[in-house]
Amino acid sequence: MTTVREALDTLDYVAAPESDAEARAWIAAEGPDFDHWIDGDWRAPRAEERFAVYNPADGVQIASAAQGDAADIAAAVAAAGAALPAWRALSGGDRARHLYALARHVQKQHRLLATLETLDNGKPIRESRDLDIPLAARHFYHHAGWAQLAETELAGLEGVGVCAQIIPWNFPLLMLAWKVAPALAMGNTVVLKPAEHTPLTALRFARLAAEAGLPPGVLNIVTGDGRTGALLVEHPGVDKVAFTGSTDVGRILRQATAGTGKALTLELGGKSPFVVFADADLDSAIEGVVDAIWFNQGQVCCAGSRLLVQENIAEALYDRLRARMESLRVGSPFDKTVDIGAIIAPVQLERIRALCAAGEAEGARCWQPTWAVPQEGWFFPPTLFTDVAPASTIAREEIFGPVLVAMTFRTPDEAVALANDTRYGLAASVWSQDLDTALDVARRIRAGTVWVNCTNQFDAASGFGGYQESGFGREGGREGLWAYLQPRIPWVDVDGATEEVVEPIHAGLPRSVASTNASVSPDPVSPDPASPDPASPIPATSAAGTIPPRIDRTAKMYIGGRQVRPDGGYSSPVVGAGGVVIGHVGLGNRKDVRNAVEAARGAASWGLRSGHSRAQVLYFLGENLDARRTELEARIAASCGCSAVAAIAELDAALDACFTWAAWADKWDGAVHDTPLRGFVAAIHEPLDIVGVVAPDTSPLSALLGLAGPLLATGNRVVLVPSQTNPLVATDLYQVLETSDLPAGVLNLITGARADLAPVLADHDEVDALWFAADSVGDGALAAECERRSAGNLKQTWVLGPGRDWHARDAAFERDRLRHATQVKNIWLPHGV
Amino acid sequence: MIPHPVSEEGEDGMREPSGFSATTAVTSDRNTAAAAAMRSDGAAAPAEANRAAQRAVATDRDVARNPGQPLNLDWALDVRVNRSAVERRAATLATRRAVKREAQAAWLLHAVRLLDLTTLAGDDTAGRVRRLCGKARQPVRPEILEALGVGDLALRVGAVCVYHNQVATAVAALAGSGIPVCAVSTGFPAGQIPFALRRDQVRASVEAGAAEIDIVIHRPHVLTGRWNQLYDEVAAFKEASGPAAMKTILATGELATLSQVGQASRVCLQAGSDFIKTSTGKEKVNATLPVGLVMVRTMRSYAERSGHSCGFKPAGGIGSAKDAIAWLRLVREELGTEALAPGRLRLGASSVLADIERQLEHHVTGRYSAFRRHPLA
Repeated sequence: MTTVREALDTLDYVAAPESDAEARAWIAAEGPDFDHWIDGDWRAPRAEERFAVYNPADGVQIASAAQGDAADIAAAVAAAGAALPAWRALSGGDRARHLYALARHVQKQHRLLATLETLDNGKPIRESRDLDIPLAARHFYHHAGWAQLAETELAGLEGVGVCAQIIPWNFPLLMLAWKVAPALAMGNTVVLKPAEHTPLTALRFARLAAEAGLPPGVLNIVTGDGRTGALLVEHPGVDKVAFTGSTDVGRILRQATAGTGKALTLELGGKSPFVVFADADLDSAIEGVVDAIWFNQGQVCCAGSRLLVQENIAEALYDRLRARMESLRVGSPFDKTVDIGAIIAPVQLERIRALCAAGEAEGARCWQPTWAVPQEGWFFPPTLFTDVAPASTIAREEIFGPVLVAMTFRTPDEAVALANDTRYGLAASVWSQDLDTALDVARRIRAGTVWVNCTNQFDAASGFGGYQESGFGREGGREGLWAYLQPRIPWVDVDGATEEVVEPIHAGLPRSVASTNASVSPDPVSPDPASPDPASPIPATSAAGTIPPRIDRTAKMYIGGRQVRPDGGYSSPVVGAGGVVIGHVGLGNRKDVRNAVEAARGAASWGLRSGHSRAQVLYFLGENLDARRTELEARIAASCGCSAVAAIAELDAALDACFTWAAWADKWDGAVHDTPLRGFVAAIHEPLDIVGVVAPDTSPLSALLGLAGPLLATGNRVVLVPSQTNPLVATDLYQVLETSDLPAGVLNLITGARADLAPVLADHDEVDALWFAADSVGDGALAAECERRSAGNLKQTWVLGPGRDWHARDAAFERDRLRHATQVKNIWLPHGV
Repeated sequence: MIPHPVSEEGEDGMREPSGFSATTAVTSDRNTAAAAAMRSDGAAAPAEANRAAQRAVATDRDVARNPGQPLNLDWALDVRVNRSAVERRAATLATRRAVKREAQAAWLLHAVRLLDLTTLAGDDTAGRVRRLCGKARQPVRPEILEALGVGDLALRVGAVCVYHNQVATAVAALAGSGIPVCAVSTGFPAGQIPFALRRDQVRASVEAGAAEIDIVIHRPHVLTGRWNQLYDEVAAFKEASGPAAMKTILATGELATLSQVGQASRVCLQAGSDFIKTSTGKEKVNATLPVGLVMVRTMRSYAERSGHSCGFKPAGGIGSAKDAIAWLRLVREELGTEALAPGRLRLGASSVLADIERQLEHHVTGRYSAFRRHPLA
């Protein structure tokens, strides 16, 4: 025990421990061997298998939790399913009261939850007390508000159904709140699996929810390891899967859910850049680094783990940083004088050590403070690596520990290039007192969240989520609600059919595919055998005598603004109405896709244009389309075998698409979120960049433009596989495109078999998203394959079920397309003079 | 009980009330060592050598001396401060470093050593000043010190701070105590009088026996960017201060921005200010943690550049024991333990002592104390 005299002599800090007695008392009272929480009560695991739960600060077991098996999962999903109708039927206002009660209860039990979290996770009590728990309460408050406004602000939408939610161990209760609050607010029911390292606050929350009056079955907690998670995701009763965790597991879940029709959102890993310009407030930037990489022991998906420093200040900044690191305090997480607590588990500690060893082996310089970390429990000191090359392992791999790697840059351009030199895209932090520099760089970094002169700021009113391999979907804000909503009257969906249709669509062109087009709703441009034979584009011999044959036209690919021959050199006949061959079309292959994506990559400036400028191009496209309407209408009629009237309608719809998406080009605004930050949180809609599109066979022109239109309007570049039954309608469009000032590479069209081309697009790592417009239930298998393959780079996929009406104006469908065409970047801009 | 490494009595015995007899050479050596030690304030297991060094300096009453530097405006004006980030740091200092129980009692005792016990009112009389000096000599009831296990401490405040007209009274009242008298000067608090009068006032107070002079800067120089004039005036005041230590009041509540606070700090440090001080206590906004953060960071930057570790004095609005601890925490976190020495940190306050006494008594008895149980200042 330190005496006052001793404390006065040294003026050192003296341990100020928060008591963990209440947390331990609760564990003793309701545990220490915990069951699942299913249908409003504890439920023992069927297999009676349990796993140990440890206190990372001393490595001692504090509880055990149930290992969920298939029977447990089935019971939980059944409970959630049974609770769904009544929960969904509640008015938004009634659900708001429930969420409000949850928020209040989290607040009332603030201290217990904070100490329990620290006991289970090892994070400093300062963080659980000041950040995790208050933010969790804030999420319930915020979403109580969304529930209240559901009928008015989100009219025509309803919950997805039963949600499977899997959360990580780094922010156990906060991640629960991020998942559960929007799901419940939007009328979903939930089966949540907390991480096996940290199940306790989720179990405590289940009890809390019951105390707050949440109906049984609305929220179910099943504990277990990855096997339990896999069983949950695969359960057919699950409508939606939301996951936060590693990119590797995210990939597995993408594959597991492919073709099931289950909605999926993923919040995955990161290697987020922390960019410091010479004109930054360097002392504040140092504190920013502390908040970025030594928050929660660096076990943060959006940790600023790559320090990028302008070269002329690098050494001075490193010196200051080392001095600051000396004054950090690592120790008991319950001590209110420590900055850094314990690492979650020995396995994680080993991973951190191994990566640090790899860094040193690759020649990076490792620096750690002179003091030692506690030997009992699982601790790791704050660590700085300098002399790190972008190529080194520690610059690319997510370490998920208190380890910072530093690199230098010379110019803003180089800073952006280094910041974007990653597969991830979760967050970034930019430090400069120059407004132009900070904002310009913030816009150019590809990440879902960019903090300007701050870091690790979170609020329920602002969406959080990644770009690229950091996942997709947002949590928080209006943009976060879409993960838990669907149109009240769902489209005809492919997922119901995938179980029946097992054989993939026959590769090749083209008519055999249309024959599977059975369940499609009446389409104005579908072949109509009853209608009279339309005028052929190739005039036959007329009564007046012989006229010379039309000059043969060769339909090629449209890649990089030029008409190019298919790489493979194969063409395929196109059969029009009445079985007549009306032309030939190039058969695209993987190299055509490669070339098209390369061309799209080169057209990046399209995304930097103003919306007005893009609108001009789309309007002009419409103008030129109109000029050629006679020719195109004839082609549509001949190819589709539809009436002239129907062909006119198809062309009008296409024309309308040009004007509609031109109209939207400068109107898909972002928002400024209302967070506690003094400043702006600007939610900006950014393009996904390169999007592959598989267009449906029907409505060959209006669907093509109805899909490409929103993507182009919002600044994406597109590689599109047109209707494989009516490809000549698309190839006729080339000359229209060429005359419409569309920059080379912005829209690329590859004709051929979608069964060949779609998987190549799904595989391609440079393609950021894939839209698959199914024609029929028969497309389900191909769509599923595309979804599975999309796991490679975790590109977003959007499977549009068959039966869409491409001629009608539909506000919800338009906004749906805009949402799928863009991703939200939230830029946090504090101000203060 | 660990013996006190630097005997307070011994030090007092060597020094006169106006004593600043330590040579500049010794001070600057120590300051350099302190600047180096600043980086090694280990948390989990600081080296024992560092710990010993900290003990030696944390009670050092020798006032930091700063010979100044030629004005370098490129450096002085190259200040970038992000207010939101500074505020966030200021707000989380307390949540990162709890000071509880024995540490709290110790820090409060130390805060008493740092106090510039102040009376600056129009109705100050000799009687009032003598009463304050009596409190300065015995700031905490002896039985409380005894109960805290530090009965031998000879605890006294850092200085007594008065207007010029009360200097002689205070010097007489503090004779033999080792407590310096500090005079506010240069047309305190607004400084809106001719330069010659301001300079002469400094001289007059030094002649009257003030060992420390708190000057105010002419705020219009900062607001209109007349940095050369600001430098010249402060340098002139420093010269006029002669052997007295000079604390320069920036009156930050009347400056435009945090960046300007940083710029003014740099100019005043280059002009030879031994301390920089936040406020007169008479501005609408006085000492705030964000402003203090900017100032101590500027001092750190100046020390790196010049080798001189200067002193810091927050003043105005420090009304509670909790406030006092907040300032100690800020300085310790940003500058290190040795910057907590009375020679480098002062707290300008008039009413905080009463609350500190109450908190100390609470530490001893476990009961909440009453103001009336502690002698008036």
